[in-house]
Amino acid sequence: MNESVHEKLKILSDAAKYDVSCASSGSSRGNTSKGIGNSLGCGICHSFTEDGRCVSLFKILMTNNCIYDCAYCINRRTNDRQRATFTAQEIVDLTIGFYRRNYIEGLFLSSGVIKSADYTMERMVLVAKKLRNEENFNGYIHLKAIPGASSELIQEAGIWADRLSVNMEIPTEPNLKKLAPEKNYPDIITPMGQIRDSILVAKEERKKYRKAPRFAPAGQSTQLIVGATPETDRQIILLSSGLYKKQNLKRVYFSGYLPVNSYDERLPAINRPPLVRENRLYQSDWLMRFYHFKAEEILSEDQPFLDLDVDPKLGFALRNMHLFPVDINRADYEMILRVPGVGVQSAQKIILARKHRRLNSLHLKKLGIVMKRAKYFITCNELPAHKADWEPQRLKHKLLCEMNSKYKKSLDTQLKLFADFKPVLPTLH
Amino acid sequence: MKIYTYDSTFEGFLTCVFDCYSRKDFPVDICSRYGEQRYLFVESIDIATNPQKAERVWKGIQKHLSGKNKQLLFYAYLSEELGIEMKIYRFLRRMFSGHLNLETDYGDPDVLHLTQASQKVKKEAMRMMQFVRFQRTKDRMYFCGIEPKYDVIPLIINHYQKRFTDQRWLIYDLRRNYGILYGNDKVEEVVLTKKQFNAYNGQVKEELLHEGEDFYQKLWRSYFKHITIEERKNLKLQRQHMPRRFWRYLPEKQEAN
Ligand code: SF4
Repeated sequence: MNESVHEKLKILSDAAKYDVSCASSGSSRGNTSKGIGNSLGCGICHSFTEDGRCVSLFKILMTNNCIYDCAYCINRRTNDRQRATFTAQEIVDLTIGFYRRNYIEGLFLSSGVIKSADYTMERMVLVAKKLRNEENFNGYIHLKAIPGASSELIQEAGIWADRLSVNMEIPTEPNLKKLAPEKNYPDIITPMGQIRDSILVAKEERKKYRKAPRFAPAGQSTQLIVGATPETDRQIILLSSGLYKKQNLKRVYFSGYLPVNSYDERLPAINRPPLVRENRLYQSDWLMRFYHFKAEEILSEDQPFLDLDVDPKLGFALRNMHLFPVDINRADYEMILRVPGVGVQSAQKIILARKHRRLNSLHLKKLGIVMKRAKYFITCNELPAHKADWEPQRLKHKLLCEMNSKYKKSLDTQLKLFADFKPVLPTLH
Repeated sequence: MKIYTYDSTFEGFLTCVFDCYSRKDFPVDICSRYGEQRYLFVESIDIATNPQKAERVWKGIQKHLSGKNKQLLFYAYLSEELGIEMKIYRFLRRMFSGHLNLETDYGDPDVLHLTQASQKVKKEAMRMMQFVRFQRTKDRMYFCGIEPKYDVIPLIINHYQKRFTDQRWLIYDLRRNYGILYGNDKVEEVVLTKKQFNAYNGQVKEELLHEGEDFYQKLWRSYFKHITIEERKNLKLQRQHMPRRFWRYLPEKQEAN
């Protein structure tokens, strides 16, 4: 380890920072005797950067060199940038050095494409293999699958890694063709399908023989860029719900498009990433994953974009006032989950607590329910329904005014920051 | 009208519970004998800790609490909140008198309070998993000195023992002045008499650090800096997740030297 590693680290961590997935959850890998590390079901955040994001994995590119020329990517070959490439051993040493000091949960390795997809993938797989076999490392490993890499290499990657991801980036095929003419859809969909199947097979095998090898036990994920192409939120949400169902994905990440190559006329002329939209999409994703919402409930055909003013759960409630008010002391779990201002944990507590006594609004407040919001949508012991006189538009307006102007302000300044924002590197596949 | 005082250990507290039951007494308060005296005209009884009695109460508790709540009362106790003993005591009274699943009666102020206190303690233990940073020393020890708000170091032994089986490590509570040492498959509690580290931030003396240590810290600082998206800065969010009181232990929050 020497200064040159340090220089590379600067370039390649900078290059990795826009990849949004960082969660290290979903895998539990015990420590083999005398090895180092384990992965827990829930990932641990070891630090938080100044932008408030969690640092759980050592997120790094193997190289920012690339033979491709994707319009939305800062590493495209036609950009004039400082380039660097790590050797496999360097990445291994950094990972172990950081891990032993309890800085990280593991490694998240991505890369630009050098020479060919296979050549690149092979090197990435080598890093994971060295970590597992030479260092006895049982911490978390997330590998990007390079689109177009051979199925043998994907297969091997899955043996060493906890999670694999193939980034879809552009939600529809024609638009992908437009922005990344050298890539094609099958190169993305095929490995996704292969990974899905191998995960299922490995799970079945392990039911029969406890010693059967694992395959990406923490599942696979993908990333979509939002706002580089004209797809609607409805298209994006339907796509991601399809990916959850058909490809069995564990996570779909959204990344607000950063106008990095503004000279490229195939891209929209914007000067800041659509952060609020990105956030609304995450909230919708959340509703599907934890609140049992169906994609079709979040957006309808005649309303293809998410309301940027209110979160999608409140939006749903306002569109479906006939389902409310919900009786906190009787309604089933599903309905309680749908009340704006009630989170998953409080919903569970409500279900348990009401077995002991009837709950009133004071109880609810203490359980952490945001009554300012919820009160329009519930009834409980002494709290009469607030509903009758509320017409959705008026209620929305009222709630918006109440939602402390403080929040609005912070969002405003955040957005202002982006007005003259010269973005750096998203690195994407 | 009596108050019970004890040696401020959990065992001592459980012994008080035992004695209250056997004397058929409902105390006004149960509190540490070292704490501030708050009662002038109430008779106080000092209870000597008795492991057998404590054990019997503990077993009784285990029998009544459901799976993931088995540690609820212990965690709540660790919060060291003023008056937590009586809340636990009232809880136990109701539980032992046959109230089923009492721990989910969140509409009851005592239950809710105990739940919240225990969550606070669990959160602090979680933070000890997040923010412990080991420094490698010349004699191949991985050392961390840190100051948790509550006495939670014992709660994280299991985690570290499973994770770092092939390295020697020592996590030291700077305020309570004891630590957990792991080596050769064994964990032991230690008290260091000769402190080779800074008692404020746990920094090991320069000359005792492994030669590569500085460089790794430097690399980590660099990584941390370069992974930040400047334009998305949100210091409030950062502080919310990573309270300031931990910064002094984190190499990434130190100025480069
Ligand atoms: S997205 Fe990936 S393949 Fe395309 S230019 Fe960037 S690094 Fe290369």
